[in-house]
Amino acid sequence: MKKENEKLTVGKIFRDGLLDQNPIFVQLLGMCSTLAISTSVINALGMGGSVTFVLILSNLFISVLRNLIPSKIRIASYIVIIAGFVTVVDMVLQAYIPSLAASLGLFIPLIVVNCIILARAESFASKNKPLPSVLDGLAMGLGFTVALVIISAIRELFGNGTLLGFAVMPEGYSPAVLVISPVGGFLILGALIALVQWFRARKKDKED
Amino acid sequence: MGNIFLLAITAILLENFVFVKFYGICPFLGVSQKSDTAVGMGLAVTFTMTIASALTWPLYYFVLVPLGIEYLETIAFILLIACLVQFIEMFLQKAIPSLYSALGIYLPLITTNCAVLGVALLNIQQGYNFLESVVYGCCAGLGFLLAIFLLSLIRERFDFADIPKPFRGIPIALIAGGLLALAFSGLRLNF
Repeated sequence: MKKENEKLTVGKIFRDGLLDQNPIFVQLLGMCSTLAISTSVINALGMGGSVTFVLILSNLFISVLRNLIPSKIRIASYIVIIAGFVTVVDMVLQAYIPSLAASLGLFIPLIVVNCIILARAESFASKNKPLPSVLDGLAMGLGFTVALVIISAIRELFGNGTLLGFAVMPEGYSPAVLVISPVGGFLILGALIALVQWFRARKKDKED
Repeated sequence: MGNIFLLAITAILLENFVFVKFYGICPFLGVSQKSDTAVGMGLAVTFTMTIASALTWPLYYFVLVPLGIEYLETIAFILLIACLVQFIEMFLQKAIPSLYSALGIYLPLITTNCAVLGVALLNIQQGYNFLESVVYGCCAGLGFLLAIFLLSLIRERFDFADIPKPFRGIPIALIAGGLLALAFSGLRLNF
């Protein structure tokens, strides 16, 4: 494998997280929360921030403990570590930003089963030193947040005529309710992923 | 009794777990290429969700509440679900090896299917009693089964369709899922 031997640089970790291995658009992970909460940019930022926080800390802990956790029960151990941090996020949000906690609803506790976090634990943190693992968590979390913000900006703009709660569409614009409904979530995410695949295929053709 | 019936219809059709609540999207997209595997996955998830609802309810009300540690529900539930899935895996391997090999890697992934943890948390959040929780768990699972079965029937047809290259795979599955969601939203008065 070429990837394995490639030197891990800070730049590469961030390029992977944001572009080459973007959790949503390229790895297609974490679709549930992506579809469910991408109805407004505020939600996307809240969800992205929560996931980034959990990713950084769980990557750090798993990386530190990577030689102590027996490989047979590693997945269960990872889940317990992740669930611990998710509980922290859940309680903090409920205490300090109750409105955000209410609109994200069950998708905050469900970060526990978000494939992105377990995937990074298994494929990165369990094989690398703490510092690169923390950076990987940050990069993947940012990639997730950016992707969420893009999707939710489109849905909020066309479905509600606002961005971050401010009206931006001209007066008299009648919002396309379909875009903000579950149906719109599926269609827009499908179209965006197709766009990314088209772009990547074109880039690959040019390189060859 | 009417109450239970209403709950069942709501869970299967009106608030379908996949199309309205967005739980369990990963297996919905990942295991829906072939209808027989999709049905196997749907049944396994339905079974897990029913048992998980039946086990997490007493765990919450008879263990976590008396001890005053309700805030540990996420950790406690996910551990219980992980053990449960492990048991189901061992059982299937012995009893129905064909289904076991067909589900393959997706079997352990039921643990991280958010529909399972989601239904366990929803039961507590909605304050359902034991019977309601089990019925809700089972019917939400049946809703998932219906959704993944419908999508797999559509996706089997994609093999013969000339789909533009960038749309092949997940994008077209998402769009088909969106159109199914549109059909389901027609069951409700407003969407």
